[in-house]
Amino acid sequence: MTPPVGGATEIAARVRAGELSAASVLDEALAAIEARDRELHCFNSLMGERARERATEIDRMVGAGQDPGSLAGVPVALKDNICTRAAPTTCSSRILEGWTPPYDATVVRRLAAAGALLVGKTNLDEFAMGSSTENSATGPTRNPWDTSRVPGGSSGGSAAAVAAGMVPVALGSDTGGSIRQPAALCGVVGVKPTYGVVSRYGLVAFASSLDQIGPFALTVADAAAVLEAIAGHDEMDSTSLERAAPRCSEVLDDGADGLRVGVVSDFLADASPDCASAVRSAAEVLAAAGAKVDDVALPELLHGLSAYYLIAPAEASSNLARYDGVRYGLRVDAPDVETMNARTRAAGFGAEVKRRVMLGTYVLSAGYYDAYYAQAQRVRTIVARAFARAYGHFDVLLAPTTPSVAFAFGAKTDDPLEMYLADLFTIPTNLAGHPAMSVPFALGEAGLPVGVQVLAPALGEREMFRAAAVVEAGAPPGVRGPVGTRSAR
Amino acid sequence: MSGSGTPAGAPARAGEAGVEGYEIVVGLEVHCELATATKLFCGCTNAFGAVSNTHVCPVCLGLPGSLPVLNRRAVELAIRIGRALHCEVRPSTFHRKNYFYPDMPKDYQISQYDEPINVDGYLELPGGLRVGIERAHIEEDTGKTTHVGGGGRIHDADYSLVDYNRAGVPLVEIVSRPDVRGAEQARAYVSELRAVLVASGASDGRMEEGSLRVDANVSVRPLGSDVLGTRCEVKNLNSLRSLGRAIEHEAARQVALVESGGRVVQETRHWNEAEGRTSSMRSKEEANDYRYFSEPDLVPLVPDADLVERATAGMPLMPAARRKRVAALVGDALGGEAGASDQVATVVDLGLDDLVVAAVGLGADPSLALRRAANEAAQRPEEARRLDATAFADLLGLEVTGKLSSTQAKTVLAELLEHGGEPEEIARRLGYEALSSDELAGVVDDVIAAHPAEWERFLGGESKVAQLLTGQVMKATKGRANGRTVAEALDARRG
Repeated sequence: MTPPVGGATEIAARVRAGELSAASVLDEALAAIEARDRELHCFNSLMGERARERATEIDRMVGAGQDPGSLAGVPVALKDNICTRAAPTTCSSRILEGWTPPYDATVVRRLAAAGALLVGKTNLDEFAMGSSTENSATGPTRNPWDTSRVPGGSSGGSAAAVAAGMVPVALGSDTGGSIRQPAALCGVVGVKPTYGVVSRYGLVAFASSLDQIGPFALTVADAAAVLEAIAGHDEMDSTSLERAAPRCSEVLDDGADGLRVGVVSDFLADASPDCASAVRSAAEVLAAAGAKVDDVALPELLHGLSAYYLIAPAEASSNLARYDGVRYGLRVDAPDVETMNARTRAAGFGAEVKRRVMLGTYVLSAGYYDAYYAQAQRVRTIVARAFARAYGHFDVLLAPTTPSVAFAFGAKTDDPLEMYLADLFTIPTNLAGHPAMSVPFALGEAGLPVGVQVLAPALGEREMFRAAAVVEAGAPPGVRGPVGTRSAR
Repeated sequence: MSGSGTPAGAPARAGEAGVEGYEIVVGLEVHCELATATKLFCGCTNAFGAVSNTHVCPVCLGLPGSLPVLNRRAVELAIRIGRALHCEVRPSTFHRKNYFYPDMPKDYQISQYDEPINVDGYLELPGGLRVGIERAHIEEDTGKTTHVGGGGRIHDADYSLVDYNRAGVPLVEIVSRPDVRGAEQARAYVSELRAVLVASGASDGRMEEGSLRVDANVSVRPLGSDVLGTRCEVKNLNSLRSLGRAIEHEAARQVALVESGGRVVQETRHWNEAEGRTSSMRSKEEANDYRYFSEPDLVPLVPDADLVERATAGMPLMPAARRKRVAALVGDALGGEAGASDQVATVVDLGLDDLVVAAVGLGADPSLALRRAANEAAQRPEEARRLDATAFADLLGLEVTGKLSSTQAKTVLAELLEHGGEPEEIARRLGYEALSSDELAGVVDDVIAAHPAEWERFLGGESKVAQLLTGQVMKATKGRANGRTVAEALDARRG
């Protein structure tokens, strides 16, 4: 089928050359959203008017011989936990009802500076807590490959919007897999950069030591272009690394010759056959391209999940304390301030957020801290050491992104632990602060997309993109978006 | 480096009402607002008294998505405080202290917990007592809540107003060891600490504006015991006077409790200045579990030698060192002269020690320089700080050589402070021609003739009478005679 809009690098090249107007690109994107979002619910809000002003400005610049930037005229969707002046930022939570930030996130400023058109804010699991986008106060997002199934999460809206061809690229945030897992389930590319490569200023915090913003795109090249636009040091984020954005676009044609690739064998046993075999096939593609491929046993990584579900809720319990009804968002009035706080939070947060806030509060409590939080930090160190051991021998690692293809609505909502397992293969990367990305590589059960995950050591983005480009080139046709909506069978 | 251990000071005086037989043990926590241009984690202005909620931004309002960036100047001032208090300045980390309160925008406070920047120092009080400093760490201030209606406390207020201008203002919290004994020492400690904070340039020291806020941990124990009693933390101490009164009251309350067979319960108590009493705020059981954990939005703060050097560059001498400098200057001349250490403390306190040191450097008599500075110049400290050291030294020279009597010298000094000028020229203008020895001899003879009985007693060795005779000579010469010269004249006539 014909994508309503082309790829990001193609759009930008044509807009900069004056062959295509930014206004017409925007019109197409808004028309695609208009046509399909009623069914899919990718967006919480649109910023069409502001985007139109920007498109006009970009076309004027091109007409005047000026360069509007590397993403000139490229429509971009933003996960609705990234602050924008032009639209409310809800985190898909009732508790932020009516709040529009008075400032733009650093990534928003950088995208605008690169000439991108910010079209809207996408749906997510409330405060990015979830793996299906079912935990949203605005209702679930549907997977464009099969609307009876989830798009994954928590950045489900961004993943689905790219997969459905509404926008060529989008931003998400990845705390335990929230970019890579929905990317895999929606058949698009999703990148979680090294912690500190992209500024978190303006990203509503879930778990600060794990959160990282990254791109969704239809292609590896588009993902590289967006990453280059948003990455690089930001003095507003103390954890931002003092280095320029990694130049990943340069290495996309370098091939895999001599690249040392390790296949994380421990993960294959826990993945469904289609997801496991996709990894084996991708490994063969890399080997055929000259990579040295070998299995690597990293059993420690499987302990990452338990550590994550102590560390992330602990940080979340603190990060989400500020939603107390005093300053912004929802307030449920009460005779005294403590009751007001309690009633506001009871009414404003959904069940999963409450579960994690309570869990996090518990593990940080006096008398429990050492047994839970401190212990989880030790496991985090063990995970990082296991990676370090592997990267002594390999440039990148290959693993499944998810244990299975997209699952049906409601399949895991009654059992939080089952839902948490959806992030089993993505979480260790966040604990270590490393980069990883999911590349669509196969169609699995029920003809649904399967992603292969490429992992790299800290600041190993260039090697990661190099391998990803080879995997992408070796993938069979039809494994990635955009797709027309197929109704439930 | 440590100032811990048994303090040299005497136990609290029995004069403090209702605590006879007990020792009052005090540890102090002082919050000092740093005199930076901007707040601790954002670029908002750090200033007192602006229109409410005008010095705010996404960061200090804790808006979703905002992140803290540490203010370098605040770190430098914290290091200055650490150095001034003889602390070890060390690598440190930030933690979150979690609790809900409307004036705290994030509902957690970024503070330092188990790895503070300054540890193990001491503060030396004017009497020589060293109070141990356990730590002096960096943290952010909260906003300010005004409870309207009811009793002015949150629970019975009609409504509350919050001003976030203060939210995120940099603080250093200085925690003393329990080395302070009683209200008077506590006041001396805070007063000296304030002087150190002002001298180091870290703070404006204004207690009335909340730049310095003091909490006192008070316990009592029988005299002679070396076991600490159960302490209560007393809050809302807005002045040195409140601090002293609150400690006296709280100690008396605890002693009365113990004497009547009761037990002190560890709790936080609120000082009510109007009622002159403390009341329970919350017990240990009700205390918040702050759920401290490492602040993931900030990186460890590792002050390298360069930073410490830059931070402490140009740091002036601290009061204790200045006292030592003056004391060393006058030490030989003074020996153990009574009142000398008070005079030293006074000149340092008023910033007149440079004048004394400079005058002595120009040849002035050290003990006279100290006395005139601490007693006479101290009456007009502002003028005295501007006084030309040469003029001061010249004046002291005129007095020592007997060209001016002490009374005359004081008058010339007053004139010098008010209008400036040359001491000799002022003395001439005031008609303070020194008495010729002939004239003085005549007056002395006249006085002896007029007081035969006293003269006999003087001859009989009753030295007290010398003062009376000298006084008569001074009276007759209208203060122009030099006391010492008169004494010599009287002695000479004794034969």
